[in-house]
This record gives sequence, structure tokens and C-alpha cells, in this order.
Amino acid sequence: MRGLRLLALALGAAAAAVAFAADSGRTPKPNIVIEKGDKCVAPAEEMRREHMNMLKHHRDKTVHEGIRTTQHSLKGCIDCHASSKNGSVVGGRDNFCQGCHDYAAVKLDCFECHSTRPQPAAQARAATATSGNKP
Amino acid sequence: MSEHEQKTDTPSRRQFIGASIAGLATLALVPGFRLIEIGNARSPDQPASAAQRWGLLIDTDKCASGCTACVTACDVENGLVQTGRPRTDAQWIRKVELKDKSTGESHSLPLMCQHCAEPPCVDVCPTGASFKRADGIVLVDRHICIGCRYCMMACPYKARSFVHEVLTEQKAHAPRGKGCVESCTLCVHRVDEDRQPACAEACTAAGHDAILFGDLKDPNSEISKRLKSRNTTQLRADLKLNTGVRYQGI
Repeated sequence: MRGLRLLALALGAAAAAVAFAADSGRTPKPNIVIEKGDKCVAPAEEMRREHMNMLKHHRDKTVHEGIRTTQHSLKGCIDCHASSKNGSVVGGRDNFCQGCHDYAAVKLDCFECHSTRPQPAAQARAATATSGNKP
Repeated sequence: MSEHEQKTDTPSRRQFIGASIAGLATLALVPGFRLIEIGNARSPDQPASAAQRWGLLIDTDKCASGCTACVTACDVENGLVQTGRPRTDAQWIRKVELKDKSTGESHSLPLMCQHCAEPPCVDVCPTGASFKRADGIVLVDRHICIGCRYCMMACPYKARSFVHEVLTEQKAHAPRGKGCVESCTLCVHRVDEDRQPACAEACTAAGHDAILFGDLKDPNSEISKRLKSRNTTQLRADLKLNTGVRYQGI
């Protein structure tokens, strides 16, 4: 009985080790926690390569022309990916933006000016609609 | 003859529709009104258009001396934090007191970016960060601003501020940071949602109603009507900048 239990334990440990090796490969990977939404605005592969171009294109449209669609906006990123722990996309290695940028050693400049937290826009606007005034 | 038949037909049809699906007809009216609203307010995917020019009309007779409701509202709306170091704190609106020394007549007025049609800040900007939007709002693109501050020197109204210190906790709709020049945006994020700037709203809430926001190009807007009927002033009109902010009573 004890032998059987030991065997089961050993098998379990081996399986876990195999799973771990398959997950991480030869190098450690960033810990990406996607908080909300099961689908981004583009496939993950494309987002990894192109998100900065999408953001840059959109920012010019927004700042200079006043186009405020949400599909490629930084606010959109933050709304879905802000951590449920600290409510932000930066702060630690588990936070969506910072986790990957730290891993890739790419400086993250957006948040020197931009807010890192989702804005309660929907609530604010709902309040505005009912009161006709800014809360 | 057929025309006559149609005419007689139409009312009966109308009556039928009116009687049977009155509820639906009411519903149909609502989208009708919505269409007009959407026609006035720009949808988020449409660029700002030169068909509008946003501006303010400030009635200095109504502006109360000592009241800073507009300044406070601006700070709150845009996340400007006053640290008690006024030489370096950002200020998008300030209250100015005018006094005629000979008569003692005094006026109080808020002074902010005048959103010139010919903005000197845009003329001198070496990078193109200072720009005028199609609808007349003068802005700084902080992505391009290098913080040289030529625009601050060029502005005859001293309307711009330089951000000297690292900022945190910015508002999501008003990104701002160290090393850039900034000024009144006419609450562009609100204008894009068809709302009025925070200062105008606060002035009305404070019971003064001294700041009127509107479209200078729309002849039927309240602001255009008042500009047409009242004697209004552009500050430093001699510079021929064609300001978007006008004053009444000075």
C-alpha cells in the first residue's frame, strides 16, 4: 500500500516536471496575466509585434484630429489589462505592460504622462447623463 | 386624377397606421430626434471639422471678484495639483483684476489660452508640437514637445505653463508629464463628447454664468448671437491674432 502511494507520488512529480519543462522551455517567460476579455483587438502574435505602432497611429489621430475610437487606444489596453491586484498595468513583474517590457528590457515611456489605471468613464458619463453636470 | 386618388388614399393609410401602431410611431419619433442630436454632436470616429470654431465669451460684468470657481474646476478636471510653489506650478486659467486708477472702476476676469486663429505659439514651435486643431482649439502634442518653451515666450497672454516636476496620478483624459509645455485645452476631451468646458460649467454652477462656450461659426449659437448684438473685445486685438476667447464689459 505504501509502495503504491510512493509510486503514485513519484509519477505525479515526474508529470509535473515534464509539464513545467514544456511550459517554460529553455528560458523563463514573462508572467502575462490577461485580466479581462478573451479576445484582443488583434491576434496575440500581431499584438506583440505591432501594438506600439497601433498606439502611435491612434495617438496621432486622437491628439490632432480628435478621433476618439477605443479600438486601438491606450485607454482600451488599460481597461482590459489593468491588474486586479493593484488596479494598474505597471507596478511589478506581474503587471501586464511592465511584465513584458521588463522581460524584453524595453523602456516603457507611456506612463510618465498617461494614467496607468482604468478611468471610471462609464460611471462618470452615466452620472453626467443623469445629473446633466459633471460629478 | 391618379394624384387625387393618392391624396385621398394617404390620410386613410395614415389613420390606419396611427390607430394601429401608435406605440411604434412614438418609437420612430425618438430615433428621429436622436438623428438630429448625432448630426450636431460628432461621433467618435469622425475628425474635428473646420465647420466649427469653438470659443468662449466671458462677461466681465458677471465675473465676481474673488471667485475662483473656474480655476478650481480646471485644476480638478485636468488633474493640476497646486503644490504651493506658484512660480513652477502649472496654471491653465488665472484670475486677473483690472482697475482703472483714475476712476476706480474694477473688473475681474479669467484669463486662459485665447485659442487664437493665428497662434504665435504655433508659429514659433520648432517641432510642430504646438498646433491648432481644425475646430480652432490650440493644443500641445506632448509626444512631440521637447520642452524648449519658445511658445511660452511667444504667447502674449502668458497662458502656457511648463511642467517642472515628475507627475503621478494624472487623469486618464488629461495625460501630462514633466518636461512638456501645456495650456488650456478648452477641455478638448469634453468638447469631443459634446460637453462644455469645466470652467464654463463651474461658473454656471457658482451662479455667475459669466463664461459662455459655443461655436463661433454657427450663426444660431448663443455665443454668435451675443457677439453680434454686444460690444465685445479681444485681448490685445492690436496683434490681430483673432482670438477664440472674447470678453464683454472691458
